[in-house]
Amino acid sequence: MIDFELTSNDKKLLDAVRTEALVARQYARHYDEHEHEFPPDELPEAKDFPNVWSLFAGRTADDTSMGVISLLMTMGQTWGDYSVRMRRGKGGLGNAALRAAGTPEQQAKWNDLTLAMAITEPGCGSDSAGVQCTAVLDGDEWVVNGEKIFVTTGCRADGVVVWATIDKSAGRAGIKSFLIEKGTPGFVVAHKEKKLGIRADDTAAYVFQNCRIPRGNLLGLDESIPRQGSGGFRGVMKTFNMTRPGVAAIGLGMAEAALDFTREQLEKAGARIEYGPGIHGQSAAAQKFLRLEGQFEAAKLTTLHAAWLGDNRQPNNDEASICKAKAGAAVREITQGCIELLGPLGISREHLLEKWFRDVRITDIYEGTGQIQRLILARSLLGYTSKELK
Amino acid sequence: MISFGPTEEQAMVRDTLREFASKEIRPLARECDETATVPDAILDAAWQLGLVSTQIPEVYGGGGEPRSPITNVLALEELAFGDAALAIAALSPAGFAMPILDMGTDEQKKTYLPLFTGERFHAASLALVEPSPVFDALDLRTVAEPKGDGFVLSGRKSFVPLADRASHFLVVARSTAREGFAGLDAFIVPRDAHGLEISPLEKNLGLRGVPSAGLVLDRVEVGRAARLGGDAGIDGRRLVASSRTALAAVMLGLSRAVMEYALPYAKDRIAFGEAIARRQTVAFWLSDMRIEIDSMRWLTWQSGSSLEKGADATRTSHLARQYAADASMKIADDGLQVLGGHGFIREHPVELWYRSARTLGVLEGTLAV
Repeated sequence: MIDFELTSNDKKLLDAVRTEALVARQYARHYDEHEHEFPPDELPEAKDFPNVWSLFAGRTADDTSMGVISLLMTMGQTWGDYSVRMRRGKGGLGNAALRAAGTPEQQAKWNDLTLAMAITEPGCGSDSAGVQCTAVLDGDEWVVNGEKIFVTTGCRADGVVVWATIDKSAGRAGIKSFLIEKGTPGFVVAHKEKKLGIRADDTAAYVFQNCRIPRGNLLGLDESIPRQGSGGFRGVMKTFNMTRPGVAAIGLGMAEAALDFTREQLEKAGARIEYGPGIHGQSAAAQKFLRLEGQFEAAKLTTLHAAWLGDNRQPNNDEASICKAKAGAAVREITQGCIELLGPLGISREHLLEKWFRDVRITDIYEGTGQIQRLILARSLLGYTSKELK
Repeated sequence: MISFGPTEEQAMVRDTLREFASKEIRPLARECDETATVPDAILDAAWQLGLVSTQIPEVYGGGGEPRSPITNVLALEELAFGDAALAIAALSPAGFAMPILDMGTDEQKKTYLPLFTGERFHAASLALVEPSPVFDALDLRTVAEPKGDGFVLSGRKSFVPLADRASHFLVVARSTAREGFAGLDAFIVPRDAHGLEISPLEKNLGLRGVPSAGLVLDRVEVGRAARLGGDAGIDGRRLVASSRTALAAVMLGLSRAVMEYALPYAKDRIAFGEAIARRQTVAFWLSDMRIEIDSMRWLTWQSGSSLEKGADATRTSHLARQYAADASMKIADDGLQVLGGHGFIREHPVELWYRSARTLGVLEGTLAV
């Protein structure tokens, strides 16, 4: 049955997330302005809040499905702040890669580590097949050389899954993932990146100089290079299909915070926003706000739809790209527009709106830019290969 | 529980209509537009699918199926995929019958609903839109003044679908005493009411396949029984929300028609030695069409769902209609650009969709779901 109403169990869960998020929000400005500090693993207030996961106990099949409710929880968290959480979750992107590509033994061995994922290099971003970082087999060890940037949780992680090529002439087929633990000689955390937004977030740059790791640190242990196609590469890219709706939700939580704040301030200033009147019965500011709200609602629904398909075991590759592209564009327009609507108040660092404007911007870039999503979607709609539509 | 899954029955209705729209409606769209007429045969054929009659309770001679705005939204998307004008024509009786079903007195239901349970199409329409550049559903210029036991209606209406043949109109008017939604009232007015003049057929930019006309109400006197909902009046919010949701669904169907036409064209059309779809500029227009069509659909479903639950759909319907108006105009615009000069030629349907999209976006009330 088509339904858009949350159940009472859903609401209980999301209310708890929002309550925690409001506490986290009190720390948002501090960590934005002190970017060399890291938010704590647990806020001092954490002892007063039971873990929200305990609220999953009473959920039934009549409640909203797991993937969908998880995205709504993500939105609730980033509605508070992008980086600060009541409790920091364990694991990083590298853990997802380990689960997807590691052998059972590898998973057992490294499961408890927090693992970052290092793909991007100074010279390659969206074109992740252009990886220059190399791994060369020398006896029973791989020797890794190269640079990696934009590594999320890179400073605090215990180790990292690194993309490196074992044969540059093989293109994508030569790219493999390696697990490298912190403290391995030749593995240097060069610096924490200085960014436009999400400043409290741990984003590192790595350098590998003759970094020697055991042969068994190749995830999946498959050293062969497929002659044709890019089967292995596609497998790795699949990880992204699962994370795209999550990234959309991250941006949407902040966009919702911006809309809530803007509505509140406009109403405080006497500008009413109503859903009844047509274009002649409403101020230009109210109309602009309503269009931004429509963008938010549309992006949110495409995101939940992608997750709902996944929850119901239906293919959602197109929809994962749709929601990532839609949300990425919507959150930019929304936060830019909210600042326009609030003028001087919008740009003031006394409030968080200018921070949300900076923080959301990355969500249309990482995990596949809006343009990459449109490319993926267009190929699917047209039945084109990546050679036919470049 | 958040769910995007139609019921089995809804999926069946959708599939049946998808076929009907492609096979029966689409082939007629161009001729209906050129001649500004709609054949009775297609109205009867659409009627026999039971879109309106099945949801009327058995006591009034209907099919007794549950009243479902969501099913109606799904139906409208498919019909409008065939043609927006014919979709509006085919479902225009719903604009009259559904508000009576939802908000009428027992007497009103007993009197009027049986008109819509027969084998043949019966025309009756909602009259909400007014011929004013500052038209606003919450600030109607058509007024209802109490007089004796009844009311006197004065004002003008426009874009009343099938006004040339409708037996009755549901005229929405502002009661003098109250403001905003609370001031909205609707009156059942027969076409031969004294003081009611039906204007000659309108000549509009788009949606020409649905013959429409204006109404001039010159002190039309109606009895107390003509007021929808009796002395309690109506839920003005629901009436406007239902109409906005219906329009959003029509704009959604039209947008899908554009996308599904532009896509194979872009693959077939060769320029500079390869299909134009192989250029990112064109390919990205197509991606954006799909992204916005999905967006429109979920917003429209969300609004239909609020209506189905009897909740206040003012917000969801406003967002759905506004979004669909913006997005469908953009899609029709880009679709025309994909075809280039051919998009401007009436041999292709895209210029028709371009005109219809612009027309739909400024309408407020013609239908109900």
